[in-house]
Amino acid sequence: MTTADYERNMVLATDTDYKVIGTRPVRHDGADKVTGRAIYGADFDAAGLLHGKILRSPHAHAKIISIDTSKAEKLDGVKAVVTSKDFPQSESRKDQWLKDNILASDKALYAGQAIAGVAASNPHVAESALGLIEVEYEVLPPVLTTQEAMASNASILHDSLTTEELGDDTGVVSNVASHSQHVKGDISKGFEDADVIIEREYNTKTVHQGYIEPHNATALWSPDGRLHVWCSTQGSFVVRDSLAELLDLPVSMVRVTPTEIGGGFGGKIPIYVEPVAALLSRKTGAPVKIVMSRRETFEASGPTPGSQIKIKIGAKHDGTLTAAYAWMAMEAGAYPGSPVGAAVQCVFSTYDIENSTIDGFDVVVNKPKTAAYRAPGAPNAAFGAEQAINELAEKLGMDPIELRLKNVATEGTRRPDGPVFGKIGAKEVLEAMRDHPHYQSDKAEGTGRGVSIGFWFNIGFDSACNIAVNKDGSVNLTEGSTDIGGSRTSIAMHAAEVLGIPVEDVRPSVVDTDTIGFTAVTGGSRTTFATGWAAYEAAQDVKKQCIERAAKIWDVDANGLQMEDGVISSKSDSELRMTFKELAEQLSDTGGGISGSASVNPSGVGGSFAGNIADVSVDPETGKTTVERFTCVQDVGKAIHPSYVEGQMQGGSVQGIGWALNEEYFMNDEGTMTNSSLLDYRMPTSLDLPMIDTVIVEVANPGHPFGVRGVGEANIVPPTPTIANAIYDATGKRMTQLPMSPGAILSVSPE
Amino acid sequence: MPAKTYVQTTINGEHVDFLCEPRQSLLECLRDEIGLTGTKEGCNDGNCGACTVNIDGRIVTSCLVLGVEAEGADIETIEGVADGSNLHPLQLAFLENAALQCGICTPGFIISSKALLEQNPNPSEHEIRFWLANNLCRCTGYDKIVRAVQDAAKRLQEA
Amino acid sequence: MALVFIPSLMQNLSNGEQRVSVEGANVRQIIDNLDSMFPGFKNRLVEDGRVKPNISVAIDGEITPLGMIEKVTEDSEVHFLPAISGG
Repeated sequence: MTTADYERNMVLATDTDYKVIGTRPVRHDGADKVTGRAIYGADFDAAGLLHGKILRSPHAHAKIISIDTSKAEKLDGVKAVVTSKDFPQSESRKDQWLKDNILASDKALYAGQAIAGVAASNPHVAESALGLIEVEYEVLPPVLTTQEAMASNASILHDSLTTEELGDDTGVVSNVASHSQHVKGDISKGFEDADVIIEREYNTKTVHQGYIEPHNATALWSPDGRLHVWCSTQGSFVVRDSLAELLDLPVSMVRVTPTEIGGGFGGKIPIYVEPVAALLSRKTGAPVKIVMSRRETFEASGPTPGSQIKIKIGAKHDGTLTAAYAWMAMEAGAYPGSPVGAAVQCVFSTYDIENSTIDGFDVVVNKPKTAAYRAPGAPNAAFGAEQAINELAEKLGMDPIELRLKNVATEGTRRPDGPVFGKIGAKEVLEAMRDHPHYQSDKAEGTGRGVSIGFWFNIGFDSACNIAVNKDGSVNLTEGSTDIGGSRTSIAMHAAEVLGIPVEDVRPSVVDTDTIGFTAVTGGSRTTFATGWAAYEAAQDVKKQCIERAAKIWDVDANGLQMEDGVISSKSDSELRMTFKELAEQLSDTGGGISGSASVNPSGVGGSFAGNIADVSVDPETGKTTVERFTCVQDVGKAIHPSYVEGQMQGGSVQGIGWALNEEYFMNDEGTMTNSSLLDYRMPTSLDLPMIDTVIVEVANPGHPFGVRGVGEANIVPPTPTIANAIYDATGKRMTQLPMSPGAILSVSPE
Repeated sequence: MPAKTYVQTTINGEHVDFLCEPRQSLLECLRDEIGLTGTKEGCNDGNCGACTVNIDGRIVTSCLVLGVEAEGADIETIEGVADGSNLHPLQLAFLENAALQCGICTPGFIISSKALLEQNPNPSEHEIRFWLANNLCRCTGYDKIVRAVQDAAKRLQEA
Repeated sequence: MALVFIPSLMQNLSNGEQRVSVEGANVRQIIDNLDSMFPGFKNRLVEDGRVKPNISVAIDGEITPLGMIEKVTEDSEVHFLPAISGG
């Protein structure tokens, strides 16, 4: 590696008094994962296993006239075929739409939508059976962009869909599912006061989360009516509750065991193949496994929206931002639910601007129903807003970081969407960027440099944790957050810190929906924050009981005892002390074992800011952009396990780089994706990238016992505008379309 | 149903025999017929490297190799990398450098990197990135993977 | 009295008022009292006795997980925002 004269991964740590927090232990599930022993969804096996495959619509928009499965049912080796008719009836439209996305009923709304499922003795037979299912379609014209969908003569996807405005049904039948708006101050006055105004329109294309492991599920519907599903998911309780709702089962009859999961990034929150596997299992009485192919993963899961974004920002000569306007239309896909609400709340939130208006539109189009992708909505918004800020800086003759610092939001700033910020680290992130050796160094010859900063508010929601003390002084910790990135270890570190024991003495397990209390998804940057907190509380419960037990053993008042660093002692009598291990050995004889538990839904969530500095070079003949140097700075509150925090920052940065330079769904005029393979959907390889340098900033979140802010998502927000700004610096070309692929760069002239 | 072929091969130093249809890939045979599920499927068309195995000293994407082609071959999969219960320096380096997050690509990366270090015990950063370009990772951004391989190279040279 | 910020798309219900002072010790009382002052708000915000799933309530800048039972003080700011999650 090129030796660097600076530290490539910095931790600007605060509060370093911890024993376990802030260290870098090897993850508890590590050995299984490097030896191939860990069981992911597709690895799961069961006696009598059948294999399922799904027939999918070739048309982007069509009425389904009839489905004839009789020939398929007769094929040797086929055990059952299901269609939407096998679902119990739905009452709500929302439920019907969810079912339709899993097995279409009256309409196919995207190419790739599931029409029927087949279970057979082996996957090849199941595949052959698909070819024997006869479907009659009446093909309709597809709508493929927000512009097409919002036009007055647009083909309508849903006759019952009327535009909603924050809880109010306008009664207008349209492809616009909802309109949200935030107004602060008066932008017409603000723009009047501005000396310089930037106004641009930006467009982004559909991109996929790109997890390497396709969707999978195995379902066994028992004769006793219980349904057991094993699948790779970001939320086993979400799967359980969705299945119970769709299949009209009480939640108590559904058990979901999460297998290890090969990436999610938001895309494995919705369910796709689980209900089909369940219906096939009910019909056959056997366990049925369905694994999506890579092509199905692209065409039939949940990518993130393409979008149309208009930004107008005004500032005074001295750099004070006076007004900001954003108009955003985001593709929801076939059914409503794009993340435009989040985009609208993040777009200008880094800045203290007196006047702003933000309009957001959720628009249905004939593409797969979109799902969350790491800070969903915010990267699209930032691609526009953060380029506009840099353009302003250039027009004002100001350094782009200085312009941002001049207007940066701090504690007490009122956000464009209304609430006032608590303690945040935007300023600290910008200062760390400005002071970093990368920004302080001269650009290499022939390169351009760009900066940006992005925001994500992070979420809380429910988590549960149980801790049981073992005789040897170790503890078993069970929790329900599926582990996509080492979280079971960060969660174990919370418990180890509270109990004062080594993290190797905590045995964490991710368990199923029958074994732990309700736990919300592994996503939204909530896992270390909320499940860590549950572990913290469960450990405090254990600690309290340990003190009480020692008091009983010594026959003293528990109020006179304390437990620090794994030792229980008397505050007044120095003779009375025993280690946690010594206490653990005696538990059975002194009243029984000790276990602690907690169920939390914490408030006090802290948002996270992430900033980038990137140097790029652009080949003038081919338009190819090479990322020469990249630095990610993020405020994480408190890095529990700095290596995994760095990993999140690096991973999100690289997804953002792919989004910026290459990734897009190529749709033909019929609405079919023509590049649904990993060859043509071009994600970054190791050869495309430099090292991703990181700076962990810690502005502690006062709402969490260790100061944690979620880290997973905010880092995907700044890369696309950062790279765009760097390309502009290198070439004079202002890229307003994503991706900024070689052909796109060649087609744009310098300003 | 197509008639099955009897295949005899060596996997991780052990003689293994299995039956497979001509249309089954080596990846499918390893996972579904032999029960070695450490080798993963990410795309089934040779573009992600999650199914990488070592055949007769060459790394290949096993999704593009037919099961019947394994006849007489010497195959190494992730299950054979550790020495009994002793992890290989590469495996230790991946763990200590936090070079995995979800871990689905890790078996492929370890097989690929092992082959690299056997050929080139002291690779440069560029040589590592070039060699590993057919192993896709979506979680890590590759930074810590490159570091892990460099760390493993050092450990192997010191051994 | 708590200060309730009326989202711009609901200001047609509040005669254009952007901020309204409302009595109430918790979110339920705030919404009930707001609805008595300006009929129609409860319909927009509440379903089956709970805040609608696509709407979040923020008290003093923090989204509350407690919905209707979250306490509100004399100096509180109350905001209604579209609910969001993450990925």
